[in-house]
Amino acid sequence: MLILVLKRILLGLITLFIVSLITFVGVEVLPGDACTTYLEREAYGAALEACYKRLGLDIPAYERYVNWAVGVIQGDFGYSLSGEMKINDVLGPRVKNSLVLASASILIGIPIALLLGIITALWRDKLPDIIISTFTIFSMTIPEFISATLLILIVAIWLEWLPGIVIVPTGASISELLPNIILPVIAISMIMTAHMARMVRSSVIQVMSSDYVQMAILKGVPYWKMVFKHVLPNALLPAINVVALTIAWLLGGVVVTEVVFNYPGLGRLVIESISNRDLPVVQALAIILASIYVVINLIADLLTLMLNPRLKSLQIKK
Amino acid sequence: MNSTIKEEKPKNTISKVLEVILTMVSRPSGLIGLIILIFHVTLAITSPLYVPHDYKAIDPSLMLQPPSSEYWFGTDSLGRDVFTRTILGGRTALTVTFFGSLIALLWGGAVGIFCGLVGGKIDDVVMRIIDAFLSIPWILAMLLIVSLLGTSIIVLIPALGFFYGKGIVRVARAATHDVIAKDFIVSARARGHSNFSIIWNEILPNVRDAIMVEGAMRWSWMLLGFSSLSFLGFGVSPPTPDWGLMISNARGLMSFAYWSVLAPIFGLSSLIIGINLTADAFAKALGIDRSTKAPV
Repeated sequence: MLILVLKRILLGLITLFIVSLITFVGVEVLPGDACTTYLEREAYGAALEACYKRLGLDIPAYERYVNWAVGVIQGDFGYSLSGEMKINDVLGPRVKNSLVLASASILIGIPIALLLGIITALWRDKLPDIIISTFTIFSMTIPEFISATLLILIVAIWLEWLPGIVIVPTGASISELLPNIILPVIAISMIMTAHMARMVRSSVIQVMSSDYVQMAILKGVPYWKMVFKHVLPNALLPAINVVALTIAWLLGGVVVTEVVFNYPGLGRLVIESISNRDLPVVQALAIILASIYVVINLIADLLTLMLNPRLKSLQIKK
Repeated sequence: MNSTIKEEKPKNTISKVLEVILTMVSRPSGLIGLIILIFHVTLAITSPLYVPHDYKAIDPSLMLQPPSSEYWFGTDSLGRDVFTRTILGGRTALTVTFFGSLIALLWGGAVGIFCGLVGGKIDDVVMRIIDAFLSIPWILAMLLIVSLLGTSIIVLIPALGFFYGKGIVRVARAATHDVIAKDFIVSARARGHSNFSIIWNEILPNVRDAIMVEGAMRWSWMLLGFSSLSFLGFGVSPPTPDWGLMISNARGLMSFAYWSVLAPIFGLSSLIIGINLTADAFAKALGIDRSTKAPV
């Protein structure tokens, strides 16, 4: 068991190492570097060399990688180009803002997803299922920016219930943020809920048709007792992994949603730093987002492992 | 998974394709999906022949006109006809994502089958690298490539194809693993067939369905990704009529002119729903259950 956990952590670390290599090599290989984009037309001669020197780009690439990686491990991402600020100072408030948005969406999304998933599975192919399933399929398939734009159009412009665009400074406190994030949270949790509800639905349906549930029905176990005691615990176990994957998958979707709502989080920083060709910030963001992905998956694997005694003696299924 | 050995006589390709299509349209959702998809593809191919206005003709005197008999969906902030731009908007999206999916299918399928067949160390290393790619959010990687190499179709198609192919690698590998230990592969090896012959004659017919279904699903996700890129300003460049771009341009003015944002929203949503329903029906017609797959 302990060896298995350590093995999973090691695999996660290897993945992160490869991610750091990919982003570093990718930025190296693609044409244009920090100095040529920073100096633009003046990128020649003494000015270029001075810039290389100042940013430490004059030393060989592998040495820079090692220096950078050592810094990252110690929690120091170096300096950004555009503002010449420490990247940690740039990232700090953004990470907090994104965390507020994500945790609000998850806190609202997961219970609703469980509820909807269970309802649709127990009343399969009946009216509640048809209504809810149609809705979930729609919000799953339609791109985030469309549902967010429609939300703004309907709720903010036509009904005038809520402000359509978030206007808060990057360093706003949580109490300043909360009234502004209602629409973004609805937009994000709508898609997340839809994905999770579908997974929960198919998982519950699968368990309902299994032999031991049929047996319980034949034995005359009361319906709701059977649902809560036999079906749900077994059905929700596989859902943990799906929840983790959905959250990780949302990392991409949140970028678009943040842009639509003008929300000062990590997602908008991705767009801003790429538009400014602020490559050190882009590298830092790639590592951070990939770490979130790896950590969420790790937690999900460990949770599954803890809750499912059968897996303890086996290899974790990928 | 379609791993059982078929007992009936091998049918020719045309009758099999016909059978699959018939099964697809026998379900209402599949029929609707197929109709929407065919409608969009026909529109994309033929629309330049009959668009009522010039898609890039700017006329300041016609700014933000509401829908009328002359301009069915109104005009946008530069006085361009929204109807014309909407029915032309699907062309770029369909071209880019179709060829992107094709690239994704080819490289994903090839690498997946190869990994599944070879196994061992090579397989481990390749899958680790694919895992690492999976953990970089696609949007970050795409934005980086596009912003450094430029936003032309020549860059977008391979880049999208590459990033959406990694999911196909996993599916192709898993499907290959399912058939690799089957008797007919072992006997083909015993007969002394080459690796290539085994892949072509024994493995491919058995994993083809799973790979094709995955490719169809990737198509709709790629369309979503491509239009998100356009929306963020990293897709095709103006004045090309593109739905993502149109929505992003019209968004700021939608309190005065909602028509110029609703038309491309309707176009894009209906195409994505059409592709999704078709892909779903396709999966069911081939007997592949995707309902427990997570979105990666």
